[in-house]
Amino acid sequence: MRYTPDMPAEGNPAGYDGAFGSVLLDPERATPEGLTGPRGKSANKRFNVYRNNVTHSLVTALTEIFPTVAQILGEDNFRMIARDFVRAHPPRSRLVFEYGQDFARFLAGCAPISHLKYLPDVARLERAWLDAYHATDHAPLAADDLSALPPEALATAVFTPHPAAKFISSAYAIHTIFTAHREGPMPERINAGVAQAVLVTRPALTVQVRKIDHGQFLFIEALSRGAPLQQAAGLSLAAVPEFDLQAAIALTIESGAFAGCRSSSDIDEKD
Amino acid sequence: MLREVKLPSANDSRFPALDPAGRAGASFKPQHFEEISAEPTSVGFVEVHAENYMGAGGPPHAALTEIRNVLPVSLHGVCMSIGGLDPLDPDHLSRFARLVERYEPFKVSEHLAWSTHDDVFFNDLLPLPYTDETLARVCEHINQVQEAIGRPLLLENPSTYVLFSESSWNETDFLREIVKRTGCGLLLDINNVFVSATNHGFSATEYLADFPLAHVGEIHLAGHDEQEDDEGAPLLIDSHDRPVADPVWSLYEMVIEQCGPVDTLVEWDSDVPDWPILRSEAIAAERILDRHRGRQQSVKRHALHS
Repeated sequence: MRYTPDMPAEGNPAGYDGAFGSVLLDPERATPEGLTGPRGKSANKRFNVYRNNVTHSLVTALTEIFPTVAQILGEDNFRMIARDFVRAHPPRSRLVFEYGQDFARFLAGCAPISHLKYLPDVARLERAWLDAYHATDHAPLAADDLSALPPEALATAVFTPHPAAKFISSAYAIHTIFTAHREGPMPERINAGVAQAVLVTRPALTVQVRKIDHGQFLFIEALSRGAPLQQAAGLSLAAVPEFDLQAAIALTIESGAFAGCRSSSDIDEKD
Repeated sequence: MLREVKLPSANDSRFPALDPAGRAGASFKPQHFEEISAEPTSVGFVEVHAENYMGAGGPPHAALTEIRNVLPVSLHGVCMSIGGLDPLDPDHLSRFARLVERYEPFKVSEHLAWSTHDDVFFNDLLPLPYTDETLARVCEHINQVQEAIGRPLLLENPSTYVLFSESSWNETDFLREIVKRTGCGLLLDINNVFVSATNHGFSATEYLADFPLAHVGEIHLAGHDEQEDDEGAPLLIDSHDRPVADPVWSLYEMVIEQCGPVDTLVEWDSDVPDWPILRSEAIAAERILDRHRGRQQSVKRHALHS
């Protein structure tokens, strides 16, 4: 069969790439037809080199993206779960550092580790860390940008999220678990059942991971959605009566969570 | 070898033009950044995998920008899937072209292999049969890449573990025909030659005698692992996780003797050692290049530099 340039090749079951693709991630399926060793030798072990390369490289990528989850589960357990994930959810992107966006959800549905309830949120935090690492470079909002707004415009000021900023709220102590495994020192005991919210930013080249309180989380989340300053403050105060607006504004600046701000009546964006 | 290292001024955003001209280089790994920056002349050039720099921003680009200011960089694509039947991914192609534009690498290369089918990315260099049909498809893909990057691509010979009974071309003729049809150059991976020769029971020396050496713009050297096939015969794995093996060094010296100095990269991608160990491998290649420097003044490969 000959291919002509305008004949679509996708999904062609007769193609070598389709034949490989359908069995590479499935050890139960036979070596594709038409493969040999030299002088007609068997190609099973030979083909298995490819199966092994594919699975091993993707599992290894996951151990590098989720080092804390791997440490908590132990390497062998992690690799076994990661292998199942690779088979169920092979990457759709050629950029390996983008892999595993749905790994947290997979862990949540993984029965043998269902007692480690904090694990999916730890995975979400590790994924957010790597997204922040590779995010677009952008100067963070400076205190001067905010003070440059006329005082009457402050209440209605709106903020542009920084490309690297991510925030996660969890019912578990994900900040404590993450920092203990990544930066040490490991505490004697971690009470995983404490709710924590985390802000991940990269104002310059270093990814920063901060524990923030619930009011600050609501505030940053509201601003990121485009809510004006006064409205975001009101939402946070309503939910957390002791919410400290001054401290929350200072946090938005020093963390680099935002790239710019402008009066919502302005047409020109200032960032 | 004299190399003028010019740091860019505030209003000069382009990189200095650095030409390694027949030197040895090493894979660039971020953990070696400090040591390479402190003593950039310890190696002729560095090579990066294009895909590692396809993120939007962050430390990878910052490091590569600094390295590119003091050393020539070659860009080695791993995931273009040139050898696949699927059309090239236009997004990947434009990301690749943007990297060429951004870092001005002195060499750009890719593989005679495929890695994506039907949207699934397998993260490995997978083999293809050598037929009239695949030849046409590969050439079509190379033309698209060369058009996107505005310069010739170097295509690397693969290491393989299986053969396709439908293949009707041998690898060296297949590569020669690709060069003829597309005007691309070749990246000769001598470890791949040794691995495939062992795995498929042919002579590496004869393969090299038949290889279109005049079109080789770069050479790769790397280490391999040894396993066994179904019959217990040695099956070599292109693992890039250890020093270059002695027989590969011998083949390399033979090629350099014939071609004169060709830019040579020592690859090391897994179990990456400390910089002095990787650098010593590059120095070993440099010694062989030095022995044959100046003997060969006008070899055809210079056509690739113009």
